[in-house]
Amino acid sequence: MTDSTERTTTERTTTERTIAVVHAGLGQPSSTRLLADRLAGATVRELEALGHDVTVEVIELRDHGHAIIDAMLTGFPTGDLADAIETITRADAVIAVTPLFTTTYSGLFKSFVDILDKEALTGMPVLLGATGGTPRHSLALEYSLRPLFTYLRADVVTTSVFAATDDWAQAAGNGHGDGGGSLPQRIERAGRSLAALVFARGEHAKPADPFSSTPSFLDMLGGD
Amino acid sequence: MQFGIFSVSDVTTDPTTGHTPDDTERVRAMLTIAKHADEAGLDVFATGEHHNPPFVASSPTTMLGYLAGVTKNITLSTATTLITTNDPVRIAEEYAMLQVISDGRMDLMMGRGNTGPVYPWFGQDIRQGIPLAIENYALVRRLWTEDVVDWEGKFRTPLQGFTATPRPLDGVPPFVWHGSIRSPEIAEQAAYYGDGFLHNNIFWPISHTKQMIAFYRQRFEHYGHGRADQAIVGLGGQAFIRKNSQAAWDEFRPYFDNAPVYGHGPSMEDFTRDTPLTVGSPQQVIDRYGSFIDDVGYYQRQLFLIDHAGLPLKTVLEQIDLLASDVVPELRKIAETKRPADVPANPPTHTERVAAAQAKGKAGATHVGDGGDEYTGKRAEEVLS
Repeated sequence: MTDSTERTTTERTTTERTIAVVHAGLGQPSSTRLLADRLAGATVRELEALGHDVTVEVIELRDHGHAIIDAMLTGFPTGDLADAIETITRADAVIAVTPLFTTTYSGLFKSFVDILDKEALTGMPVLLGATGGTPRHSLALEYSLRPLFTYLRADVVTTSVFAATDDWAQAAGNGHGDGGGSLPQRIERAGRSLAALVFARGEHAKPADPFSSTPSFLDMLGGD
Repeated sequence: MQFGIFSVSDVTTDPTTGHTPDDTERVRAMLTIAKHADEAGLDVFATGEHHNPPFVASSPTTMLGYLAGVTKNITLSTATTLITTNDPVRIAEEYAMLQVISDGRMDLMMGRGNTGPVYPWFGQDIRQGIPLAIENYALVRRLWTEDVVDWEGKFRTPLQGFTATPRPLDGVPPFVWHGSIRSPEIAEQAAYYGDGFLHNNIFWPISHTKQMIAFYRQRFEHYGHGRADQAIVGLGGQAFIRKNSQAAWDEFRPYFDNAPVYGHGPSMEDFTRDTPLTVGSPQQVIDRYGSFIDDVGYYQRQLFLIDHAGLPLKTVLEQIDLLASDVVPELRKIAETKRPADVPANPPTHTERVAAAQAKGKAGATHVGDGGDEYTGKRAEEVLS
């Protein structure tokens, strides 16, 4: 529809990329925030090596706790939360990190995902991370977080990173002996994978504007 | 600009007294509210349509038909008529009947409805909401404008030689609005036909409303019905008024905090900031609603939701009085100063539509039987014999 509203696009150079980091850590300091920052750092280093200028936008879900529940009850997000959702939807990649509570992502994390538009993450490169008390919970990333983002049709990086409390006290080159590598090694590998996805993807096709993609009435009247 | 009220017909316990009206009491309260709005000088009363508790308004034309007989000036309308799950043939018949009974003092607003199970209860598929709205309304229009209709579609039994009666008053169908909150397809539909578009923004920030209205206006112009700023636009709204602002806040807060939909969620402070809900003095309501023209352009109808969340009838009637005496006269003045000279002040009345149709030679037959149908050449007797 050529005569429809022309969407406004933010002017930016072709090498600029934005990474949205969303995490559901609650503590101050928070090991979830720490993991999120490390994952972002690894990704940025790699993207910069590939010639990109990278901006990182961090969304701390704790700051939006009340607003997330309000949005769930009223059906629309407002204020800072609406801005945060806009940031994620328009980003070139998302790093999503949650603490594991009672075997899975935290309720705050899931509630945030629940209020996103179902198209918001379609095709979005996503790197997943989680924190927990012991390594016994590490597969929660694979059986609960990954299906959630696959359902939203995100492009989820194969390597996801789980950090148990003990991981923070390990030497960089010293893995568990379980083949997984140390936390810094896993973070580097994950960052490289996300950067490669963003690089390969090129210019991010921004989310469809519902007004410019509305079919003309005659198409709706005559078509399926 | 027209100013009126609309009701969603909810039966809600008054949180301050614990009183829950029964269905009969609530239906009668709606009749009293509509009559009172007419006497107070408001322009529109619109009823919702629902088919599940806690709502009682299942049969809008029965209610509006009665109101047509007991009110004098107020325009009777709907908010909304379910274009997806009602049989379009019944919509064409019932609203033509209401048009005749009210002597043209009515219009109606099509909407898809937001209660999932209503679709299967009435034999439809919610995933087909937009195609249903489009096909059904196209049929309603044919039934109003063509005397004898042969029709086949995807969702309803075909019709051969069908005539909807009574024929529209003076051969001119009722004015139709389309209401939608999120679907540009419905704004597109309204624009295509040159019908009105109402955005019921009571749960939405004005920034979103602005986008939807701008899209409708642009498409209205595209389809050749006039300039974008001449399109017929309506907005929803919500207010609780007392002479003293603090008294309004204190009185309304328990209703807000326990209201269906937003109760137990955002604070009244947040909700009044983010949505058109305005709680306060008449001047505060005037300031807020007088500003919406600056966001969406001059519009022709402003409806207020004032009877939900368990508010007692007495309070609702007081709200109507405050609206009519202290708010609407000022808003009318503000609206009129902001209206460009060649933009319609109000939605078209029946009389205006008849004059326009006659000028174009497009007024239809007022009964079918004497002559043949202008489209098919068939006569009603031939069709039936």
